[in-house]
Order: sequence, then C-alpha cells, then structure tokens
Amino acid sequence: MSGGVDSAVAAARAVEAGHEVVGVHLALSRQPGTLRTGARGCCTIEDSMDAQRAANIIGIPYYVWDFSERFKLDVVDDFIAEYSAGRTPNPCMRCNERIKFAALLEKAVALGFDAVATGHYANIVEDENGNRELHRAAAWAKDQSYVLGVLTTEQLAHSMFPLGATPSKAEIRAEAAERGFSVANKPDSHDICFIPDGNTRGWLADKVGAEQGEILDRNGDVLGKHEGALAFTIGQRKGLNVGYPTDDGKPRFVLEIRPKTNQVVVGPREALALSQVAGTKFSWAGLDPQASGLISEPGESFECHVQVRAHSDPMPAVARIAPATEGDDNVGDATGPELIVTPHEPLNGVSPGQTAVIYVGTRVLGQCTIARTVSAVPAAV
Amino acid sequence: MTIYLDHAATTPMRPAVVQAFAAALPVVGNPSSIHSQGQAAKRMLEEARETVAVSVGADSVEVTFTSGGTEAINLALKGLYWARNSGSVERRRVLVAQAEHHATIDAVDWMQSHEGAQLDWIPVDAFGRIDVEYVRTALADDVALVSMLWANNEVGTLQPVTEIAALAAAHGVPVHVDAVSALGYVPIDFHAAGVAALSVSAHKIGGPVGVGALVIARSASVTPLIHGGNQQRARSGTMDAPGAVAFAAAAREATTGLTETAERLSSLRDSLIAGVHAAVPEAVLRGDPHDRLPGNAHFTFPGCEGDSLLFLLDVAGFSVSTGSACQAGVPEASHVLLAMGLDEPTARGALRISLGESTTAEEVEKFVAALPKAVEQARAAGYSDRLTVLGRG
Repeated sequence: MSGGVDSAVAAARAVEAGHEVVGVHLALSRQPGTLRTGARGCCTIEDSMDAQRAANIIGIPYYVWDFSERFKLDVVDDFIAEYSAGRTPNPCMRCNERIKFAALLEKAVALGFDAVATGHYANIVEDENGNRELHRAAAWAKDQSYVLGVLTTEQLAHSMFPLGATPSKAEIRAEAAERGFSVANKPDSHDICFIPDGNTRGWLADKVGAEQGEILDRNGDVLGKHEGALAFTIGQRKGLNVGYPTDDGKPRFVLEIRPKTNQVVVGPREALALSQVAGTKFSWAGLDPQASGLISEPGESFECHVQVRAHSDPMPAVARIAPATEGDDNVGDATGPELIVTPHEPLNGVSPGQTAVIYVGTRVLGQCTIARTVSAVPAAV
Repeated sequence: MTIYLDHAATTPMRPAVVQAFAAALPVVGNPSSIHSQGQAAKRMLEEARETVAVSVGADSVEVTFTSGGTEAINLALKGLYWARNSGSVERRRVLVAQAEHHATIDAVDWMQSHEGAQLDWIPVDAFGRIDVEYVRTALADDVALVSMLWANNEVGTLQPVTEIAALAAAHGVPVHVDAVSALGYVPIDFHAAGVAALSVSAHKIGGPVGVGALVIARSASVTPLIHGGNQQRARSGTMDAPGAVAFAAAAREATTGLTETAERLSSLRDSLIAGVHAAVPEAVLRGDPHDRLPGNAHFTFPGCEGDSLLFLLDVAGFSVSTGSACQAGVPEASHVLLAMGLDEPTARGALRISLGESTTAEEVEKFVAALPKAVEQARAAGYSDRLTVLGRG
C-alpha cells in the first residue's frame, strides 16, 4: 500500500473477495521526506500515513517493511549504472522485478502469506489447465502490463491484481470516495519516485558527473563538443550545438550514446529507425512460446506485438529465439540464446537498456532487455 | 485475546486511575484563578504534586508538571544547558551516554547544531551500562551537564546513578536522570540520588498519556522552554489538574508495595528468560542478566529480523516490541545495541518483552509456547529484504 488510491482499493477488494489481508507499506528510502511534493506518490511519511489510514478504514492490520537497502542496491544503483553504461533502464520495472514481486513476495511467503496483491492495472487469466497468463487491464489508458512484463511464472503464481477488470481509473476513484478513503482524489504519481525534483538529467549528472566530449556523425567525423554524454537521449534533436548545418539542410538527431568514450553520435531522423531489436536477457510471463502453441520447434518465428515503453503503441512484429552461439575461439564472443524481435515497420527512438515486451493479443508473453539493435538505414560507407 | 507484553511502551491504565481521572475531569476552575472554584482546582493540583513528589523522594516545589517524558527531558537538557551558560562563564560540554532514549539524543543533537553544545558521548559496556571511569576523567569545570538513564529503556540495565552524581557534584556539574522507564519498577529517591533533575512520565506506570514531570532540585537552575503565564516554576501553560490527579493516583499505586511488585515481576521475568532459553537455545539475552528492570527481558535471535518476529507474534496474539525507535513504522537497528558493540545484522534480530502490573504467569507461559514457531518462521524469512532469493538474481 503506497498511500495511493489504487493500492487502497486493491486491498479493499482483496478483503471483499474473502482473503485474509494485511496491508504492507514499503519503506524505500532511509531518509523519507515528511510531506508529499508534486506527483511523486510514494515514499514520504505522509504517504505512509495515507496508507495506514486506508488500512484502518478497510479494517486490516498494517505494517511498514523496510526494503530501503535492497531498493538502493537493486533499483537506484542499477539505474545509475545502466545510464552510465549508455543504456536507458526502467526503474519501475526493475522495482517490480527485484522488490515488489521478489524481495517483498519472498518475505511474505516465508511469513505465511500466499500472494502479493497490488494496485497495478493488469489481469491474470488462468487457462483451462490452470496455467496463469498475464494480460492487459480492461482500462487500456491505465494499463500497466508493460511494467509487469518482467514477472516470471513463479512470481505470477503468487500475484493478484484486483483492479485489472475495472474499465477506468475514474471508477476506481469513485469507489475510493464511496469507501471513504481520504486518498480518493490524490494525484497520480508520474515521476521516478527516488528523484525528488523530477529532474532526471540533473540528478544523474550529480551522481555520475559530466565531462566534455565529442559529437560525431555516423562516419566517425567529429562535428562538435558536448558537456556530458549522459545529458542526451536517443532521438533528441534540440541542444546539440553543432555549429554548421548538414549537407542537405536537414536536422540532426541523437542516434547513439557511447559512455566509454563519452561520445554522442548524431545523424538524420531516418537513421533512428530500427529494423530489429534483440537481447539475451529475456523471460516468459507464464508458458513459453512453444508451450503456448505459438511455435512447434525451437527457433521458429511467431507473430506478436512489441511494445518498447510503458505507454507506447504495440507494434506488429515477428519474434524468434536464436540458439546460443559458441563464439570464435580467438574472439570469444559467446552468447546465450537471444530473443530477436523484427517489427513489420521500423521502430523509432529505442535505446539499449529499454525493455521490449512481447504481446500476443492482450496477453503478455514475455520480455527482453534490448541489448542489440539493427538500424533500418545502414550508414553510407 | 491479545496478550500485552509491551509495558515498556505504555501500560494499561489502572482502574483507580481511571476513577480518579474521571472524577477530576468535570471539576471546573483554572488552578490559577483567584476565585473559590479556582482555589479548589489548585488544591487538587497541589495535592497531586505532593503525591508525585513523595513517590520520587522530592519536595513538591521541586516538581514541575509537563506534557510527558519527552518534554521533561527537553526541559532538563536545554534548560540546564542554557542556565549554565547564562553568565559570563562558558560551559559548552555536555556529557551524555550513547545508549540514551531518542528524546535525549535528538535534543542534544539539536543543542549541538543550534546552541553551540559540544557533545561528549559516554561509552557503554556490553550490558549497556555507562562507563563510570570515562565520566570521572571527562568531568571538568567546563561541563554544562551530565545526562543519563536510570535504567536503559531497551535492554533494562540499571545505571550507576549515585556514583555519577557524586563524581559530578565534586565539580559542581548538574546531572539529569531520565527515570521514565524506572519509576514504579525500582525505588527512586531524588534527594538521596543527589541529582539536579529527574524526568518521569505517567503513562509508563498506569497513568494517562500526556502527563509527566521534571523534578528540579531547589539548588538547580533551569531556563524554561515554554514562555507564558509563569504558572509553574519552570513552565508556562494552564495547569492540567485532572492529569496531575491521575498521575498522582498512578504514582501512589506504582510506588506503594513496590518491593513486592518488583519481586513478583523479577520472578516472572526470570521464568520468561529461562523459558525462552529452553525453547530457543540460540537466543541471546541482552542487558545485565541480574541488575536490570524487573519487567524487562530483551533478546536477540540470530538469523531473524526483529520486525518479522514482531509481526508473527502479533498475528499469534502477542504484543511485543523490537525495542528500538521507529521512523514511520520502520524499525531501525537499535542504537543502544550498536553502542553495546553488536553488529547491525545481530542488532536487527532484537525483541523486547516487557512485563507489568497486569502480567500473569499464564501469559508468560503462553508466550514461551508460541515463540519457537515464530522464530522458526522468521528465520525462514531471514533477511529476504536484503538478499535476492526469488526472481532472477
């Protein structure tokens, strides 16, 4: 129970469904603020008190569990490390993967609980054989199945999402008001909860520092200087400060960030288009593609949709799992099996580190962390 | 039916107190008013002050009622410090023990950051008892005050109050004693102890929350924290006659027949300790095994998180505590246990079981019977909030 409206209603519904429910608030910061500011709907003492008041009204016991150490290690430090490596991580996803449905679930199961119920907008559906599937929420505008795409079969077996079937957030707010929750009109949280002022770039620059480096074109020619590679995002157009125009007069976009050499690669908009994304770090939220009947042999391709951000549109694609490679004896670049996703139309503005979630209809099949991308427009040689 | 074993946090109100409190509540009259009704209220208040004074071996003029223990402690620390620095001589050093209650630690931290106090932390030994030799060496004319507990509120260890008071007296340094956890469990004689100030609180002895007192020796000067109508020697604010009456009723009951109560509780506590050791042999008793508060038993359970144990025992119908301060409900590793030399993982396995007036032998037996299962389950939960187990490590 974060102190927000969704988890409060989820807890109340879990009680009404006949479960024996205990409210748990996660303390994720060692030095929580006193009062909520802006759109950060968690982690202050006010939020903890809001959660407790909701638990009081529902009539369930309430405890605060301290996961601040784990959160710092698995989410905050990971966020910094990923950015430092030129990747774009999703900390909410990491929190679901490592904290809410891992550390919290593990502790809860050990203490005698059967499942963790959250206020996420997603659905769990059981097939005729009792296998659990993760699906999009009825409220498409609020659907959070993307950030739950990291859940494994085992985690899904111990998860409940009581809000999944509700068609809109407005209905949840109305229900909260009816139940007498003071948080019925609390603003939705948007920003990253551990960045106090919402200024991610400033926060990162403060944590990892910023040094001047080169801006290159796709052929490796130096076009200018920048004040720190981490200040850029893939697809960014403004603020490049390259002193002269391109030959054809078209604007330049950030195509790549190279943290090791502190370089930023720029080029034409078309070069942002990716014909393929792939990664070796992937998982299935339930049965894998073969067990789901999507393919009959390992390595076959199957039709799916790929989504690369929490609220971006799903794009039609084909996916397949390429077997592990042994690598060259001299080069030694062996890899594990890789999930390769080839969209029917090129994807735009995708950074390594982002998660590609694979859907079949409303069902979340699984996900991979994007490690390798293939440009739709090869650089002119 | 829940069994209450957290008397160190607060105590059930005694029936005699409820009765006295209820009888005093409807009595109209501000004790500071000159008319007869005011005088009647004043009489209730002053009789209560006399009773509280007797219960701690002080004169009634030495008792200043406060809103509770924390206010009394703040008044003592800041008030003594300011008074000691009100003249031309600067006395900035404050000698304070590491294992104090947060009311003391946070107050002296504030005095350091805002009032120029220089903190000199008195170490404690493995039982949590303060180092007398350290105090002997550290005392000097530039010390503003010494502050210490009568008994540690977490691990129960009794402190060498009279020894410290005698050492400080040789330098003319005032000593404040936080006796909040000791009143009603061990005999307290303010005059015999020879200290300058002593803090007590009603709700730890079967009285209401929101009433306490600072006992200030005639010879000591304390600068007030709260300014206004000068209703009391060191505190302004309309005096709470019903609260004082309730406190007095609690103090009278808690200190009358104290020897018998303490003997009964000590024997219950010892059977609890023996029972815990028999049920969970790896449990480690913390604090002095003998020289401790009669109602206090404190253990660390290796491999367990104290808050997991607390949760499991709560579900099983027992109210206990990890003993340490909470921030928004998050138990931190106890600064008392860390000061006693424990490492953080060990300190996080702490559980305080505190007995009181209402505790029975049957309740202790039930607790001991329920403990092994809770410990086993808490150990299985282990430190899952810190290590990756489920999911992809």
